[in-house]
Amino acid sequence: MTRIAILGAGTAGTIMANRLAKRYRRELARGELGITVVDQDNRHIYQPGLLFVPFGIYDETDLVKPRCRQLDERVDYVVGAIDRVEPDADLVHLVDGRSFAYDALIVATGVTTAPEETEGMTGPGWRERVFDFYTLEGATALRGALERFEGGRLVVNITDMPIKCPVAPLEFAFLADWYFTRRGIRDRVDIAFVTPLDSAFTKPICARELTHFLREKRIELVTEFNTGSVDGAAGRLVSFDEREVPFDLLVTVPLHAGAQWVGRSEGLGDDLRFVRVNQRTLQSERKSNIFALGDASNVPTSKAGSVAHFQAEVLEENVARFLDGKPLRADFDGHANCFIETGFGKALLIDFNYDVQPLPGRFPIPHIGPLRLLEESRLNHWGKLAFRWIYWNLLLPGHDMPLVSARMSMRGKHGFNEQETPAAEPATA
Amino acid sequence: MTTIRLLDRELEVDAEGFLQKPEQWNEELAVEIARSVGITELTDRHWKVIMFMRDTYLSTGSAPSIRTLGKTSGVDVKELYKLFPKGPAKLAAKIAGIPKPKGCI
Repeated sequence: MTRIAILGAGTAGTIMANRLAKRYRRELARGELGITVVDQDNRHIYQPGLLFVPFGIYDETDLVKPRCRQLDERVDYVVGAIDRVEPDADLVHLVDGRSFAYDALIVATGVTTAPEETEGMTGPGWRERVFDFYTLEGATALRGALERFEGGRLVVNITDMPIKCPVAPLEFAFLADWYFTRRGIRDRVDIAFVTPLDSAFTKPICARELTHFLREKRIELVTEFNTGSVDGAAGRLVSFDEREVPFDLLVTVPLHAGAQWVGRSEGLGDDLRFVRVNQRTLQSERKSNIFALGDASNVPTSKAGSVAHFQAEVLEENVARFLDGKPLRADFDGHANCFIETGFGKALLIDFNYDVQPLPGRFPIPHIGPLRLLEESRLNHWGKLAFRWIYWNLLLPGHDMPLVSARMSMRGKHGFNEQETPAAEPATA
Repeated sequence: MTTIRLLDRELEVDAEGFLQKPEQWNEELAVEIARSVGITELTDRHWKVIMFMRDTYLSTGSAPSIRTLGKTSGVDVKELYKLFPKGPAKLAAKIAGIPKPKGCI
């Protein structure tokens, strides 16, 4: 029997499991193939919704469902913490002593935040005046703190890159501007956005647009700030080169790292425990029967659900090709697609890949839309809210998205990057 | 791809002046590149970081992050910022003649 193991039942792992279960329905029915999915718990969190929790728009009941219910019933679901993978023995070991063998392994254990890696971050004031919103606990605690906040200096900070959904901290700052305006105390609140990057975002055209929004919303921008330590008692953020940013309330995005077990698995991950893969085929650089997708991999594109979805289309094909002994297809182009909430019921939409930065235009139907790229609109905001339904009902079950293909399309986009042209047809690996 | 002329040699660099072919690098070049970014003297501590960057890049294909540098190069993060002000990982990579560390998107 052919055994496929999938580690992680978040966005990427769930989509992969469901796509493979459909593809191999006959083999599964005949008992010729088995798909096992492992995760450490049974709570699937709709992570894009975490941004809205501090502002009282969503709460826990809107965001959490059992992982097992999102998985095709032909998939075996195992709850257990992973200890390590032995690449040369094709074995997964669980912390409780169980282990199992695989013919193909798909790593989808995502990333976690590591606030304890930054000096003082989890010290005095943690979850009192120093908050994260990338965890449900943090986002929920922050909601109370925002409700109690009557004025002062709010600092939104990115500790280090890469992070999941790199636009979320900006969205948080935009929404805070809207939230305090609605409460009638915006003039008593200073908002600062503090980032290690040299501008508001990594991609130039998009960064220009976003800087314009920051200015319009009177949000101070502090760049090239590499957070060295947090002093929650004194309300100070200190950089490695000893610059200081004072705060009354700090909303930080802690350092991100891959799952702990990756660090215990020989040769699999890089120094932040991201699994090293070929960025076009998603095959591990350590062993040919290991693959990774979603936030867990080290590919240089956004860590976002849309990326996991686009990767899943490519990886489903490549896992099948690998099992059939055929050459892999080098088809993943780094495609990402994100809504950026800008507050007051509006949002931007961006669409980009490894080679092409976010450009203005219309999406998903070229020249028609109805969504506008890199331009603020109410429809984009409704798109973002509607996405929660799409996530549970279309994305996780592994359906292809209507009108949106895995490969990014240049149609309907205006202007090319200055020094780059869209990638040529990639060769087969 | 742009080329620059340094110490009478044609070098392939990206838009920000990072060498694209690590094999074109040598220690005299490192001194020149360091000067161009405002570091007038390379001490033993600088060299320790530069060689660590190079070795890591050449053996793994990617440059170490600032955190890894701080943990494993033998020079802690505070000192790294003193040696290579503003962006140690970026500056050290430039002087070490390896491509710009993959940023983050």
